Amino acid sequence: MRRWAPLAAALLAACADKTHPPRVIAGADPARGLAVMERVGCAACHAIPGIDWPRGLAGPSLDGFGVSPMIAGQLPNRPDVLTAWLIDAPSLSPDTGMPPMPISEAEARDVAAYLYTLDDR
Amino acid sequence: MTADIAPEGIAGWPPPALDPAGPFAGPLNTLAWGLIGMSVTVLLVVLVALGLALFGSRRWRARLGGERLVWIGGLAFPVVVLSALLVYGLGLTSHLTQEPAPGEMRVRVTGEMWWWRVAYLDGAGREVLQDANEVHIPVGRPVVFELDSADVIHSLWVPRLAGKVDMIPGRRNLMRLQADAPGVYGGQCAEYCGGPHALMGLVVVAHEPREFEAWRARQSAPAAATIVSHPGTPVFARAGCGACHTVAGTAFNGLAGPDLSHVGSRRTLGAGILPNNHGTMAGWISDSQAIKPGNRMPAYPVLTGQELRDVSAWLESLK
Repeated sequence: MRRWAPLAAALLAACADKTHPPRVIAGADPARGLAVMERVGCAACHAIPGIDWPRGLAGPSLDGFGVSPMIAGQLPNRPDVLTAWLIDAPSLSPDTGMPPMPISEAEARDVAAYLYTLDDR
Repeated sequence: MTADIAPEGIAGWPPPALDPAGPFAGPLNTLAWGLIGMSVTVLLVVLVALGLALFGSRRWRARLGGERLVWIGGLAFPVVVLSALLVYGLGLTSHLTQEPAPGEMRVRVTGEMWWWRVAYLDGAGREVLQDANEVHIPVGRPVVFELDSADVIHSLWVPRLAGKVDMIPGRRNLMRLQADAPGVYGGQCAEYCGGPHALMGLVVVAHEPREFEAWRARQSAPAAATIVSHPGTPVFARAGCGACHTVAGTAFNGLAGPDLSHVGSRRTLGAGILPNNHGTMAGWISDSQAIKPGNRMPAYPVLTGQELRDVSAWLESLK
């Protein structure tokens, strides 16, 4: 029994660890993403760690979004889906209140990279 | 890492109040530096006298202890210096609040809790154009702002273009502005007016004369989007938005809140505090109370996602 202990410990540690792979977006810069979010005012609807004001309530808080499995409770939280969602949410979910946002694909990837840093729950 | 969405243009370096961009802000900058220089000089003289009184030789201390020095240093010197500064200051600033001359552009800005009602006046002082939270001016020409308040005392401050002038209910205070170069100049209410006072900003947009005339022509007609049918229009009607807001070219003619006839072309939302786009418009309509607590527009927890997007898209199309 005793000799299985290290294996058990390793397995349990794996369970406690985050089970999904890290969401890395090649070439995207979280700091630029935060600047984009400030410029277009995402915080008018969302509480966003790193932005003091405003902390809008129309949309969900984005605290912990980086480890959340879903986008808006409807879509898998994958980099490609998230990038598309940030640019044109209604094309993925016709009933959402989140309008299309005036950002480019590259900017959306930067914003997604920032959102994936929000895992400190 | 923290950041703020700062009201446009009243933060940053150099401090806008020390970075004048027109002939009615320049004299105030000169005066400010003159006063600072003068007070530093007086402080140094006092400190030297204090040093001598504490650590100087017996002879120096005897000189400082005489009654004559009190008359000269304590009375004559301040009277002369302060009177000179007063005359100098009044001379520098007397033209900043002159009455409009015939042909000069006039804009009435009325402080409201917590936004700015803007009306462009003709030569006879009649309102010919309504707007809110944004003032457009041509560069290189003085513009006279006629300041009033609808409720409490506010104060208009566009640091790069002019000083602060109070807006007092029932009074007409004047303020001259001129921008020497095209640009967007941030402003802020500078007199505590309750609740979200700190979130009461505005922008002054200075155009080349030809662009200014084009802007005025666009602004004088209803927005093109009002003549085509849009799914957002009935949402605006059902939610009762027209009770407080006017949209020229439609039946919506409320006067309690900002005129929205060309809201889609404004630089900011919520009185100078948010960027203006489809997303921030939706956020503001849905729950402006979370953004600017205490402002007089209620939250609208009655709209579906689709309705919210439609009504904000319609408003954004009012250019």
